[in-house]
Amino acid sequence: MARQDERIWLLTGDLGYSVLEPFAKEFPSRFVNTGVAEQNMTGVATGLSLSGKIVFTYSIANFPTMRCLEQVRNDVCYHKANVKIVAVGGGLCYGTAGFSHHATEDLAIMRALPGMVVAAPSDALEAAQITRLAITTPGPFYIRLGKNNEPIVHANPPELHLGEPVCLNQNGGEIVLVSTGSLVSEVLQAAEVLKSLGIEARVLSMPFVKPIDYKKFLQFLDGCRSVLVVEEHTAFGGLGSAIAEILAEAALNIKFARIYLPEFMNFIGSQKDLRQKLGLDASSIATRAMTLLTKN
Amino acid sequence: MADILAVLYMDVLRVDPKRPDWTERDRFILSKGHAAAGLYAALALRGFFPMAWLERFCQAGSLLLGHVSHHVPGVELSTGSLGHGLPVCCGMALADKREKKSHRVFVVLSDGECDEGSNWEAALFAAHHKLDNIVAIVDANRLQGFGRVDEVLELEPFAEKWRAFRWAVREVDGHDHRALWTLLNQVPFEPDHPSLVLAHTIKGKGVSFMEDQLAWHYKSPNPEQLSQALKQLGEKH
Repeated sequence: MARQDERIWLLTGDLGYSVLEPFAKEFPSRFVNTGVAEQNMTGVATGLSLSGKIVFTYSIANFPTMRCLEQVRNDVCYHKANVKIVAVGGGLCYGTAGFSHHATEDLAIMRALPGMVVAAPSDALEAAQITRLAITTPGPFYIRLGKNNEPIVHANPPELHLGEPVCLNQNGGEIVLVSTGSLVSEVLQAAEVLKSLGIEARVLSMPFVKPIDYKKFLQFLDGCRSVLVVEEHTAFGGLGSAIAEILAEAALNIKFARIYLPEFMNFIGSQKDLRQKLGLDASSIATRAMTLLTKN
Repeated sequence: MADILAVLYMDVLRVDPKRPDWTERDRFILSKGHAAAGLYAALALRGFFPMAWLERFCQAGSLLLGHVSHHVPGVELSTGSLGHGLPVCCGMALADKREKKSHRVFVVLSDGECDEGSNWEAALFAAHHKLDNIVAIVDANRLQGFGRVDEVLELEPFAEKWRAFRWAVREVDGHDHRALWTLLNQVPFEPDHPSLVLAHTIKGKGVSFMEDQLAWHYKSPNPEQLSQALKQLGEKH
């Protein structure tokens, strides 16, 4: 894409070693390592975009969002600047790195910002599509990436549309499992577990946490009586909150539950271990779904 | 600061009020966005919008918000929270530099604003990338929110700090139009180095009861004080 569009720039806050080199080598005049200085990186990105560029900023976890939150709000969002913020290591990817590296409130914070699109691809196929959409959609865009070679969840490259969920199976109507980012793969496995128990579960990937096409989302619930949202994020303001808002406004007679992270995590572990410990692995998700289904 | 803006808008900046989006224009950012009234007056006098708009400054429904707004013709960047101007200025300057364009990027900061670390991130960046198309002017009136700069958070040796960050620094009396004009027409002061003008100013200059008084950072004059101030500033009635 950068070969075809000379407006595309990439800025990094001195992270991305062994990842960003090919871009830097091929497009040296459109690559800048701004140093460990995210506030300035975001201001520079705004200045470049006000000069007609499409600028990606890149860093780990909370650094390109929270460290420079006011620059994102006042400079990027208010000016509708073409700045695309990429955070690598969303959720608990950097599980062993500790609290500083757990991006577990980012969806809420980015969602609250005016005009910001919030995207979290479930796999590399969604990531490629989301990148294309980030370039073609004017204005601010946040992309929460995974990190650890996440499993591919799509059989074929999906065609994503801004704000629209993607249904990953055409299973029937007892329960809809909703998730975003790499956690979708756990949810798909949970659907398999449920299937083995004779329960049909529909799986929705939400590549976009904002905006969400309400109509499309509600269409995917047709005939279902339970919705379970699973997210690698705290309870406040993320995907679960967004879905709860939709369901409340639609006044549907539907059962609703969420699985989310605790506010404080004073322990570390690999992403896989942490998911298990915190009830976000396939088996725990399936168990939670069963409980929801049997609840009156 | 009014003197600095007067010299910039009348004699230095290459801008065209008829084409506020002219791509080759010099960029100007007022990072100390609370001084919006001064910028709006300069833009109106330069012809970006009718003088009559000024009458409705800061009133409900007016385009002229209390802090600088990019919805006003001629304004590049909305500001108000301090420490945002210089980083954005660096992005504009870098785009121009890499595309070998000849326009310049000017920014006015306050001295108190230099407490914000983001300015120093940007100061490093501008020097590293040899952005000699940047001209930063610090309106150094030695007053900030709660009192004197040296009482709140000492900046000295201020000029030395900028020099240590590899900026080309010049000091000037920020009320001396001729000196400002001479200096601002010599930029860049040194090739490959961003330029820093340390403009020594007096808050409320020219109005005896306002000069160097912190209280006038917050107060608006009543009609009597306004008429007295205008008289002292030499406005003809």
